[in-house]
Amino acid sequence: MLIRRASDIPSSEITPESVYMNRRAFMGAAAGVAAALVPGSLAACDAEAAQQEQEKLTPYEDVTQYNNFYEFGVDKDDPARNAKNFRTRPWSVAVEGHVAKPATYDLEDFLQPHKLEDRVYRLRCVEAWSMVIPWRGFPLRDLINRVEPTSKAKYVEFVTLHDPKQMPGQRVGILSWPYVEGLRLDEAMHPLTLLATGLYGRDLPNQNGAPLRLVVPWKYGFKSIKSIVKIRFVENQPTTAWMRAAPDEYGFYANVNPNVDHPRWSQKKERRIGEFRRRDTLMFNGYMEVASLYSGMDLRRYF
Amino acid sequence: MQSRTVRNLALLKTALWAACLFPLARLVYAAFAGRLGANPIEAVTLATGKAALVILLITLLVTPVRRITGWNRLIQVRRPLGLFAFFYALLHFLTYVVLDLFFDFAAVGEDILKRPYITVGFAAFVLLIPLAITSTRGWIRRLGKRWQTLHTLVYVSSVLAIVHFFWKTKADFREVQVHAAILAALLLVRIPGWYRRLRPVSVRR
Repeated sequence: MLIRRASDIPSSEITPESVYMNRRAFMGAAAGVAAALVPGSLAACDAEAAQQEQEKLTPYEDVTQYNNFYEFGVDKDDPARNAKNFRTRPWSVAVEGHVAKPATYDLEDFLQPHKLEDRVYRLRCVEAWSMVIPWRGFPLRDLINRVEPTSKAKYVEFVTLHDPKQMPGQRVGILSWPYVEGLRLDEAMHPLTLLATGLYGRDLPNQNGAPLRLVVPWKYGFKSIKSIVKIRFVENQPTTAWMRAAPDEYGFYANVNPNVDHPRWSQKKERRIGEFRRRDTLMFNGYMEVASLYSGMDLRRYF
Repeated sequence: MQSRTVRNLALLKTALWAACLFPLARLVYAAFAGRLGANPIEAVTLATGKAALVILLITLLVTPVRRITGWNRLIQVRRPLGLFAFFYALLHFLTYVVLDLFFDFAAVGEDILKRPYITVGFAAFVLLIPLAITSTRGWIRRLGKRWQTLHTLVYVSSVLAIVHFFWKTKADFREVQVHAAILAALLLVRIPGWYRRLRPVSVRR
């Protein structure tokens, strides 16, 4: 597979892995790289760019030891422990539904045409904590263009692997397995929406959704479905796993929104992992460039 | 025989103190060893809340066990257990106010008023305060029969604690169900006793 960085990043700003791994030395370098890699900062106003410059990457250890991946257990440290022997090869991804070119791909063939790039995104969990993560992946829109959805395709539905033998959480009816997520087609086509295969410049650890996951940085973390085996182009809005579990608490859109509380807790603030005081949660997690996708929509109703 | 049960009781009390201090010791150790994980405040909140609930349930176990075994001196472990439950509930509450919200009393107030799981959790904690205060010998003497009545609040508090746990659970209800079942059993075994006490005096000779 071809790994090419985004053309606008000078090679001098690419951080070598030794620096990634060395936290203390890394902190200083991180701010500059983060600002360069966050696409939002390129387009957005200076104030926002300045704010993003200060964003410090969440340490690799925390990104990979504190996970919500219920297929491997509900406690935050369960996935790292229970996903150790998860087999991600061979792996196939089925593209189905209203597309000109439906097919089931071997993972390597699926990834082969795409240029991987590194992007630093904020991740805001619906549980009111957040991280800053350097992902590696490619825009979902590149895949969509490749498989050519027909005019009937209005939504994209994603499905996680269903394999209770390997995924102990699936032996219990915590959610209705397999995990399902979805995006409106225009959300899926947005340049920020990423299909990720790695983080911190290396392959995704199993507990982070290896070998292929979604990253939608302006939505709560649960939208960013992990270990994807199926991508379906559909006409009607998919019912996601969390909508099925608690429809009054988790909506289809799940946009990060400090003004719309979760029925049980406030979404005004969040705790950035590694910080003591809570910080204000930003509309669309600070990615205001997506606002136009929702113009005229009542985000209280479509939460 | 007498001295042996006394010795057993002393041993039991020592074990009780050790067991009840264990969750705190583990937290302190983890904090200094840097082993509280990526979200230490959440870890402390969960651990103290869990300790409070478990010790509260163990407190409710004392009376049924005493009835069944006839070992009346066992009553002596009930007060320390109850106070330990209160101690962890207090730590749980302080973790939330000090560490989590850092004295943002407006946010605390809003949570208590607007978030049902926090409302009931707070109520469960508040109800334990008079029980802790009146747990001394002096208060027991002063309140007389009313002390018993006052301390039935422990049942209300433990039910609220379980509701708090239920309402904060996201998807996996197994753990809270186990605790709820244990509380239900502990309340059920008391029903015959309550029933007897409510019957008219004529039943007793």
